[in-house]
Amino acid sequence: MLHKFLIHNRGDHVGVATTTIKSGEKVVGVYMDDEDTIELTSNGDIPLGHKISVVDLDKSENVIKYQVTIGETTKQLSKGDYVHTHNIKTKRW
Amino acid sequence: MDQLYGYRRENGKVGVRNHVVILPVDDISNAACEAVANQIKGTLPLPHAYGRLQYGADLDLHFRTMIGTGSNPNVAAIVVIGIEENWTKHIVDGIAETGKPVTGFSIEGHGDLETVRKASWKAKEYVQWASELQKEPVELKDLTVSIKCGESDTTTGLGSCPTVSQAVNRLVDAGATVFFGETSELTGGENLIADRMATPELKDKFMEVYNNYIGEIESQEVDLLGSQPTQGNIKGGLSTIEEKALGNIAKTGDKEVIGVLEPAEAPSNGNGLYFMDTSSAAAECITLMAAGGAVVHFFPTGQGNIIGNPIEPVIKLTANPDTAETMSEHIDVDVKGLLSREINLTQAGDLLMDSLQRTVNGRLTNAEALGHREFVMTKLYRSA
Repeated sequence: MLHKFLIHNRGDHVGVATTTIKSGEKVVGVYMDDEDTIELTSNGDIPLGHKISVVDLDKSENVIKYQVTIGETTKQLSKGDYVHTHNIKTKRW
Repeated sequence: MDQLYGYRRENGKVGVRNHVVILPVDDISNAACEAVANQIKGTLPLPHAYGRLQYGADLDLHFRTMIGTGSNPNVAAIVVIGIEENWTKHIVDGIAETGKPVTGFSIEGHGDLETVRKASWKAKEYVQWASELQKEPVELKDLTVSIKCGESDTTTGLGSCPTVSQAVNRLVDAGATVFFGETSELTGGENLIADRMATPELKDKFMEVYNNYIGEIESQEVDLLGSQPTQGNIKGGLSTIEEKALGNIAKTGDKEVIGVLEPAEAPSNGNGLYFMDTSSAAAECITLMAAGGAVVHFFPTGQGNIIGNPIEPVIKLTANPDTAETMSEHIDVDVKGLLSREINLTQAGDLLMDSLQRTVNGRLTNAEALGHREFVMTKLYRSA
């Protein structure tokens, strides 16, 4: 199956949709550092360039992308969830 | 890579364009400069909003930007016009250190019409002289390239910024000079940049510059939640400043950083990679980098920024397939194949280096062809 999202690094919590992903769709993601793939079911409509969770996270946990913390969850997150400003926020301001 | 050709200026610096600039010292001299440029074909006026009653560090930056712009190797000769004699002479003297032709005119005591008459004669002499200058073979190490991204989204961090990284590493390896900046947009990854500083002193200097900038923002007693990331960034999928910063940093390559420059400061530590303290607003940032001596700019974009600069060609690239299609007239290098995995980063880097070569050798960038000439002075605080 053709990939529909990319993950920067092994250990990252989120991937980025490279095309529109529909809710309930089974999608394949590729880890860019080791070419490994992951398959999951999307829990939401995700526009191109927006993020999908590849792990389960509790509320107030760090969110990792590029192997670095990019913010924290404001709600519990499940694998396949659409991730954006409605459920994560910056730790800086 | 095929042979590069550029203009070697009197001080040995290499330019890729051959502009004759009509430079106003201050806002009220814009009209005279535009009149001269209208009269004498092939000249380039650079109207801007400031230059009166500035003082202290703000005035220093104004002068540095004016002198740096005239000194940029893409500029062959300059006519400077200001209301008063002293500040006009200060800028003329600064540019004259490069050895290139520069003459100043002050309006006070003469009026616009007489000033335009005299300045037009000089501009005509300069533009005909410059039109006979010949390009000569140059090398990558002769070039100073600046980088800054805008209207970023997640595709910038996935594709267009890593493509620029490829080019930055190749340029630094070849002995060229590269500037990056965007101080506030390093937030979340500032330590990654600090760790790449060549010496502990530079690392301290960088952190001081970074903390001062953030302190200045915080002193306004606002947070940047509404403006960093921007609405365009959020629409493109970026959720936090940290995420935006990491995408931004993804374009800086992995070489050590050999200098921390003031805004518009020319480098003095030899060739290599430099950080310049700048705003993240595209026009202000590129104006400062051009004033520091950059002759070509790489501009990765996600949602589609349209920025250009009057004296420094801006090469735009995107990995966002929607932007590549809907804003194709602005995109010089299309690397959307990185998202579909039809091309790899080395191939994307080749595409960008090819565009650099063609731009150096004379092909107009999309921003040049579309007439984007955003020349925007950075102002530090209110005038007196």
